[in-house]
Formats: sequence, structure tokens, C-alpha cells
Amino acid sequence: MSLAAAEAAGGTVGHEPAAPPRRRGSGGYLLLLPGMLWLVLFFLVPTIQLVATSLYDPNGSLDAGYAMTWSFPNYWNALTSFTAPFLRSLVYAAVSTGLALLLAYPLAYAIAFKSGRWKNLMLVAVIAPFFTSFLVRTLAWKSILSDNGFVVNVLQALHILGPDGRLLATSVAVITGLTYNFLPFMVLPLYASLEKIDLRLIEASKDLYADGFTSFRKVTLPLSMPGLVAGTLLTFIPAAGDYINAELLGTPKQYMIGNVIDSLFLVQLDYPMAAACSVILMLAIVAMVLVYVRRAGTEELL
Amino acid sequence: MRAGRWLADHVVMMVAMLVLLYMFLPIFFVVLMSFNDPASRLSYEFDGFTLNNWLDPCGPSGMCASVVKSLQIGFLATLGATVLGTLVAFALVRHRFRGRAATSLLIFLPMATPEVVMGSSLLALFTSAGLSGTLGFWSILVAHIMFCLSFVVVTVKARLAGLDSSLEQAAMDLYATESQAFWRVTFPLVLPGIVAAALLSFSLSFDDFIITNLNAGQTTTFPMYVWGVARKTVPMQINVIGTLMLIVSITIVLIGELNNRRRAAAR
Repeated sequence: MSLAAAEAAGGTVGHEPAAPPRRRGSGGYLLLLPGMLWLVLFFLVPTIQLVATSLYDPNGSLDAGYAMTWSFPNYWNALTSFTAPFLRSLVYAAVSTGLALLLAYPLAYAIAFKSGRWKNLMLVAVIAPFFTSFLVRTLAWKSILSDNGFVVNVLQALHILGPDGRLLATSVAVITGLTYNFLPFMVLPLYASLEKIDLRLIEASKDLYADGFTSFRKVTLPLSMPGLVAGTLLTFIPAAGDYINAELLGTPKQYMIGNVIDSLFLVQLDYPMAAACSVILMLAIVAMVLVYVRRAGTEELL
Repeated sequence: MRAGRWLADHVVMMVAMLVLLYMFLPIFFVVLMSFNDPASRLSYEFDGFTLNNWLDPCGPSGMCASVVKSLQIGFLATLGATVLGTLVAFALVRHRFRGRAATSLLIFLPMATPEVVMGSSLLALFTSAGLSGTLGFWSILVAHIMFCLSFVVVTVKARLAGLDSSLEQAAMDLYATESQAFWRVTFPLVLPGIVAAALLSFSLSFDDFIITNLNAGQTTTFPMYVWGVARKTVPMQINVIGTLMLIVSITIVLIGELNNRRRAAAR
């Protein structure tokens, strides 16, 4: 169903014809008003409310109501109580983003340069996982990695896994699921970036006696950086906040910060603590994204 | 030497095929498991072939009701997000206004925020407004329109920015009024972008779990149903629904492709 995603990613490729002159007057504001009002009311205001909630008096309760006491210790408590899930979220997300990059680059490269008339078919194949439900797909991994399934059997036969070794309910299963679920978000921006590369530049590098590897490292890779940066962000951000894979493929030992936030909000009903965890996650991601984008030298993306 | 050359030429393609295989493996299992006859209540393995899941898709209590709920929310969220987002896209491409940078930032941020943060923000807002007892269909709808909106703006904007404005000018030169030029020339040309945005919205809404779960109250959508049974006994019928979604999606893709071919042939 998300063919649109591919079109959106691919649609920006190519030259852009002259845009019509932008009109003056109040028409623009009228068109903007309903949509932007929606985003202010249901995205911006809630985010401010989340920060406020994270500073409420932790001794209050949902029934009695919370008092605003600017209790910054909530943050310290959240960090010390849930250090492991926080770290796990960042590590799992980083590992699965790295794996997704390793898998996605050859695929995007093949689609951009080697696919010929199979290009459209391969692009549809990339977004095919979106054609069925996220949770049903994740549960399918439970069947694939199950204790008597062929993956475990093969690994046991190769003595990579011990005779009682299992994949399900381990970090390996959670990372496999995370990598799988966000892989298309890595492939599509990479493809869009590679597709734009002028092949004459690669030919020129060959003419100047660069071998295949040097030409890739000095020409193709730098030119695909915008897609690489966009892809890693589009994979890392949802993976860090995800808790479906940890819940379905792991055990409480694999729980990520999303599991903690969900249960604090819906089971323990500890709103200030839950909100503090959410804000910390958001700040951690914003900080990492800013540092990463600076490093990669692609500020114009933001 | 020649074999090495062939290998070097094709190794990327072979790796790519293996990656595609990895992406298809779970889909294959969804279809396979829709014919599974589980040996025990907690089995996740393929134990035997049966057509029973397909003959009785609505067997598990509450499952089909949750699918209907997801379809209703999906349609309404798509309608809302597509209309609001298309208007914003037109404003961004065709009009001058103050605060363009702030507007673009506000559209970009929801796409870069983890779902769990957006979901908990909305829950914090609804609770502080005293609405926590009323959460359900309406709050899910409000949330879905919010997170689909940005994707609609980006998709429609890309299409609109790629339009050749000389076509519109030609229409005006041929004495079309402004509204005629819009409805007969501009709108039909932007329509594929709007349709793509609507399909994207629908699949985002239908598939959303994290934001929905935090703001659903007592309402159960299909992803929430799957989440609920995943902790207990998983009825194989969820794979029937998964396979049906696959069939519908592939049909839509095929229709789109046929349309493209026909248009290309007409040129």
C-alpha cells in the first residue's frame, strides 16, 4: 500500500521545471490555517504538555491530580531507575541501523545501476513488507526463529548455536526484527541519492585510473551521503522508540525504553515518570541527530 | 579471469537478491501460516495444512470487529489528512507568506519524532484536559490525522513542485478563467500525487500501533488486537487478514502500473 512512499522518495528525482511565481495576498494563510492549526494543537501543544507533565509532583496521582512543582529530580530518578532500558534502546537501534545500512547499500546500488528493466519491480519489492501488517509480520519472525524452525536447526548443525541454543527471546531476535522492520526506510533514500549520480563522474574516475574500489570510495560513496544520512536517521529514530519487537520477539530482559514508557503510562499510571522518560528519549535523539548531521556535513538536510 | 569478471559484475545483484529474500521471508511466512493447523495453543510452527482459517476468518471473537474499526479510522484519517495536507502543500508551493521556515519545521518535526514520544505527548494533553475517560475513536482519529498530515504535505508538494507551470499559462492564454485552469489543468496533473498521499496515509493509519495504543481508551484496532493475542494464544486468522491486506495492496499496485502503461501508450 505504500507505493506512495517509493513515489515520494523517487518523485523528487530529476530536474524541476520552472515553478510559477508565488502569489502574494492572504490566500496562502487561508490554505495553511486548518493544517497548521491541527499540528499546533495536536503536536506542538502536546509536546509542551509532555514537558510540563515530566515536572509534576511525583507524589500526585491520576485521580487526585498532579501539582506543578518543577520537580527536576524526576529526570534523575527516571535515568537511574531505567538505565538499562535506555542504553538497550540506543544500542539496539544503533546496531540495527548499522546492519540495515550494510544490507541496504548493495540493494539500493543494484536497483539504481544494475536493475535495467526490472527497476520498478525491485522498487515495489522493497516496499512489499509494508503491504501487510507490521505486527503480523513481526509475529511471523517468531515462527521463522522458533526453536524447531529451520534457521535454528541450520545454525545448530553448523555448531554456531549449541544444541540447546535458541534465537527467540534473545537480543539477536529483537535486533533481527528491528533491522527487518525499518530496512525500507534505509533503502529508499539511499536509492534516491544513488539514482541522481551522474554516471559520467564515475567514468571520469575510471579514466583517471581509479580501480573499482577507489572509484566507489572517492566518488560514489561521497555523492550518496545525503541518502545515507537520511536513511540512517529514518531507521535509527523509529528503532530507538520501538517496543513492538522487544515485546513480541524478546523477554523483559530485552525491554527497551518504549516498553517502559508504555507500561508507566498505561499500567503503573505514573505519568510524571513516564513523561520524564519520553522527554529524555526525545532529547537524546535530538542531540545525537545534531551531532551526527554536523559530523556528516549535510546540514542542509534539516 | 573471465569467471572473476562475471562475478565482480554480478556480485552486487546477487547480494541484492539475498537482501530481498530477507525482506520477503516474513511475508512468505504470513501466507504460509494462514494455512497452518497448529498442534498446540502455544505453537508458532507450521504443524499441518488446513483451509479452516480461510473458511472461518472471523472465528476469533473480536478480530473482525477490530478490522472494521481500523478500516473506519483509516478512511476518515485519510480523508482528513489528505484534504488538510493538500491545502498546505498548495500554500507552500504557490503562495507567499511569512514564517515559511517555521511552517516547514513544524511539518518536518512529526516525521522525525519517535512515535512513543508523540503518543505519550497526546495522552498527557488529553489527560490534563480531563478527557482521559472519553478516549477512543475520536482521539485515535485526531492522532492519526496529525501524523499522516506531514507525509501528505511532503508527497503532494513533491508532485506540485515538479509541475510545468507553462501548461497552466497556456490554459490562461487560451482564455480559461483562473478556476477553469485550476480544475481542468492543475488539479488533474496533481491528482496522482494526492492519490499516492492518500494511499500512504491509509496504510500508515491502518498499521499504526504505538500512538494508537496510548490513546485508544477501550477501543480496539486490528494492530491492538494482534498485540493483545500475542501474549496469549495467537489465532492463525490474523495471518488470513495479513494475506488479504497483501492481496489488496498488490491489486492497487497493479492497477497503478496498468494506468501508467496506458497513459504511456496514449502518448
